[in-house]
Amino acid sequence: MRILRAWAIRLLGLFGKQRREADMAAEIDSLLDMHTADNLRSGMPQEQARRAALLKLGGTEALKEAYRERSTAPVIEHLMRDFRFAFRQLAKSPGFTATAGLVLALGVCASLAIFAFVDAALIQPLPYPDPARLVQVTETSAEFRDANISLPNYHDWKRMNTVFRSLDVFTGSGFLVDGPTGAEPARAGRVSSGFFRTLGIKLLLGRDLTEADEPPGGPHVVLLTYGAWRQRYGGRFDVIGRAVRLSGEVYTVIGVLPEDFHFPPMPRAEFWTTLDSTGECATRRSCHNLDAVARLKDGVSVAAADADMKTVAHELEREYPDSNRGYSASVIPEAEALNGPFRPILMVLMAGAGLLLLIACVNVASLVLLRAEGRRREMAVRSALGASMPRLLSQFATEAVVLAAAASALGLLLTRWATAGLKALIPADMALQMPFLLKLGLNSRLIAVAALLALLAAAIFALTPALHLVLSRMSEGLTEGSRGSAGRAWRRLGSRLVVAELAVAMVLLAGAGLFEKSLYRLLHVDLGFQPDHLATIVVGAPNVHYGSNQQSIALAREVVRKLDSLPGVRSAALTSVLPVSFNGNTDWIRIVGKPYHGGHIEVNERDVSSDFFRTIGAKLVRGRYFSDGEDLSQPKVVIVNQTLANKYFPGEDPIGRQIGDKKLSPKSLKTIIGVVDDIHEGALDSPMWPAEYHPFNQDPGPYFEVVVRTSQKPEAVLPELGRAIHQLHSDVGTMGEATMEGRIADSMTAWLHRSAAWLVGAFAVAALLLGVVGLYGVIAYSVSQRTREIGVRMALGAQQRAVYQMILRDGGRLALFGIALGAAGAVIAGTLAQSLLFGVRSWDVETLLAVAGILGTAALLASFAPARRAASTNPCDALRME
Amino acid sequence: MGDANKTDVWQGTLALMVLRTLETMGPQHGYGIARRIEQTSGSQLSLNYGTLYPALLKLEQEGAIASEWGVSENNRKAKFYRLTPAGRKQLEREARDWRQAQAILARFLEPTEDAS
Repeated sequence: MRILRAWAIRLLGLFGKQRREADMAAEIDSLLDMHTADNLRSGMPQEQARRAALLKLGGTEALKEAYRERSTAPVIEHLMRDFRFAFRQLAKSPGFTATAGLVLALGVCASLAIFAFVDAALIQPLPYPDPARLVQVTETSAEFRDANISLPNYHDWKRMNTVFRSLDVFTGSGFLVDGPTGAEPARAGRVSSGFFRTLGIKLLLGRDLTEADEPPGGPHVVLLTYGAWRQRYGGRFDVIGRAVRLSGEVYTVIGVLPEDFHFPPMPRAEFWTTLDSTGECATRRSCHNLDAVARLKDGVSVAAADADMKTVAHELEREYPDSNRGYSASVIPEAEALNGPFRPILMVLMAGAGLLLLIACVNVASLVLLRAEGRRREMAVRSALGASMPRLLSQFATEAVVLAAAASALGLLLTRWATAGLKALIPADMALQMPFLLKLGLNSRLIAVAALLALLAAAIFALTPALHLVLSRMSEGLTEGSRGSAGRAWRRLGSRLVVAELAVAMVLLAGAGLFEKSLYRLLHVDLGFQPDHLATIVVGAPNVHYGSNQQSIALAREVVRKLDSLPGVRSAALTSVLPVSFNGNTDWIRIVGKPYHGGHIEVNERDVSSDFFRTIGAKLVRGRYFSDGEDLSQPKVVIVNQTLANKYFPGEDPIGRQIGDKKLSPKSLKTIIGVVDDIHEGALDSPMWPAEYHPFNQDPGPYFEVVVRTSQKPEAVLPELGRAIHQLHSDVGTMGEATMEGRIADSMTAWLHRSAAWLVGAFAVAALLLGVVGLYGVIAYSVSQRTREIGVRMALGAQQRAVYQMILRDGGRLALFGIALGAAGAVIAGTLAQSLLFGVRSWDVETLLAVAGILGTAALLASFAPARRAASTNPCDALRME
Repeated sequence: MGDANKTDVWQGTLALMVLRTLETMGPQHGYGIARRIEQTSGSQLSLNYGTLYPALLKLEQEGAIASEWGVSENNRKAKFYRLTPAGRKQLEREARDWRQAQAILARFLEPTEDAS
């Protein structure tokens, strides 16, 4: 304790030096005075009295020195002196300091910026209380890794499970809300009554949903999000208890959700109400339309919950084989469900940024080394004058620490802008699905990582010259002739560093190349239709007025006719789900005349208008298209895609064959009248599924997606579409106006691939620059060291060409090593990132060759300048130089 | 090397002397402490201030003594040191240890006949 206390005071003693000095001087004065006075009293003469006192004191300076030593910590004072010296040294070579500092800061900044995203998405907990106990529960089948669950299954799960404190479901929905310009569609969430309690959300106003609100029989009640409350209802407190009209029906507002409530699966839902239990889907066990979230009981692990739910699902499978065969259940942490999809890309970007940082470190290390080389004489002199090795090394170390700390601090500062910039690159629509972006920012973890990086960098910068210093004998620096051999030692280490740099650059370049190619492949996937000159819009009409088959058909016909007549529109058509959306909305079919073993034949199901295929430019393989007259009064017909035809009618003509539901009930039977070439219904990177297309008029609904082919730019028509539909009916809502190409380019899949390609591309360009600059440094240094040798060669008759060759060969050799090493690394890296690549393999020869070509050319250019200098050496000057 | 050892011992005993002096005399300035130690030793010790002041500083840093500026008996400004409760405890402990060590050493140094 005592010793600790003493040290604390001594450390504090580093400050307030002046006051203490004054205090000490005063004390010494008072001591001398008293002593002198005493001596006088004992009869000494004035002069002698003072002298005797001073003698006794043993010299004031010695006393002060002893006192000072004791009052502060000398080790730290030395260290501070070293730091000051390091600062001076760094300030003396601003070129080196700025280059090294900026390069390192760039590397640190890139790493930190990406880490900030990793931190927000994968490390920070979800914004709900006790998030570790929240899990996602899904049904799983061979086709769907995480399928939605059906309402009957949900009720059984809730009853039969033993692992959840609560289990709730939600699904997306929409309402038409009265707005100033007519009906506006608004997104809504439908949830079981315990949903918000499971998440742990406390309402801002009013009350939560209760079981009494659940249909059937429950009142029409609705919760508002904070945003909807402020924007649609002016943030008025008396909104609670008020009746509002949603899709033509009356709902009572019972509560307002807090401002910070975010639920990524339904980012834009403004209204939250109870589940719809009246529709046909609610009673059908095979109608999968719900997502589930649950809170684990205390002490139950995710694995245990998963096992329990699989047992439950297995029992249901036995009980209801018709609907549940092949369906199991799966439980994963909610955090993984929400942010898991971003993990692979974030990991790739993190790795890319890490490699860039590595290359930056290597680059700066070789700069440091070069500098150490330049200071050999200085070091040798100091060591000859008695500086110990540790003392010399500690000086390198302090310099390294100062450099690394300053660069990391700068990098940390830049990170703010870098993350803001990256965030701005994310389209607003997409950002809504990533609420973790709100948590982006400087936090203690980020600062800790920055400190760690600084420490690592400092270690690298301190160790390289130290190693060099120890390896090459100290005394050599003093002797003139040793220059060659020491230079060679440095060249060897320096070349190795450059090879490493080039290899890393190669890995990054190859990665960027693979991502570029994969993006290209993705955007050039054969869609099976012509996406140019297509504009799309989503139409939703309230059930009360448009719910019946006749009403829906009439509305659809009206809309198509109206849009068809717009100037610039060549044709208009509609479908239940636009192409390039998702594989889903499926139907289970059975084929008449084929053996059936009770399994599911799951196919995409789309309801399209008669002109749909012609409008989007799909290719009919055989048979015919629908006619507008084929409605419910006519025999049911269906068009299948090529994949379905190939898979279930191999070598046969499917035209005229019949398919139906699993029981082949007579009213489900429909005749195949055409085969259409595969239309890409799923996301760009999804595989092609079998699909069936029904005439919209035989399966109508008040919700459909419209597509029009335009004669000029489709963007020009976009604003007209919604206006035209509102002119027809002001109570019909529209949303999502976009061109087909825009929809595809902005899709999540395309965006993920694009951001990977761009960011890794940016890292690669930076790495290429650093690598080439590093190579230039090594070659230029080597040339400067070999001036005399080159002079001798030229004096002995070597041609300029030969000198060029010699230097370029040096550079080429290093580049070749780097490229070969990097190519191997690139294949490994590409294999690790294979899940993110589309339509291209990690060992894509074309990409590797192209990238090697770029790097090789850059390397040759970098060696060319020093080679030129070498070749233009005047032999006389070179020989006279030393 | 030898010098360093000597100072170590010196400082240990010096601290004890300082503490004891402050205990018997009450608050005292550095000059007074030095004079008192010399007197007590029967003028056998000549105390160098260069040793005394660092020792005082160390004791103060360890919290055994505290200091403040005051006015001496003949109206001079002087820094007065006084014993803190922690210092008093330290004095008791060190005095005991010292006596013990002294007694043990004394037994070794006693002239004996039956040494074998």
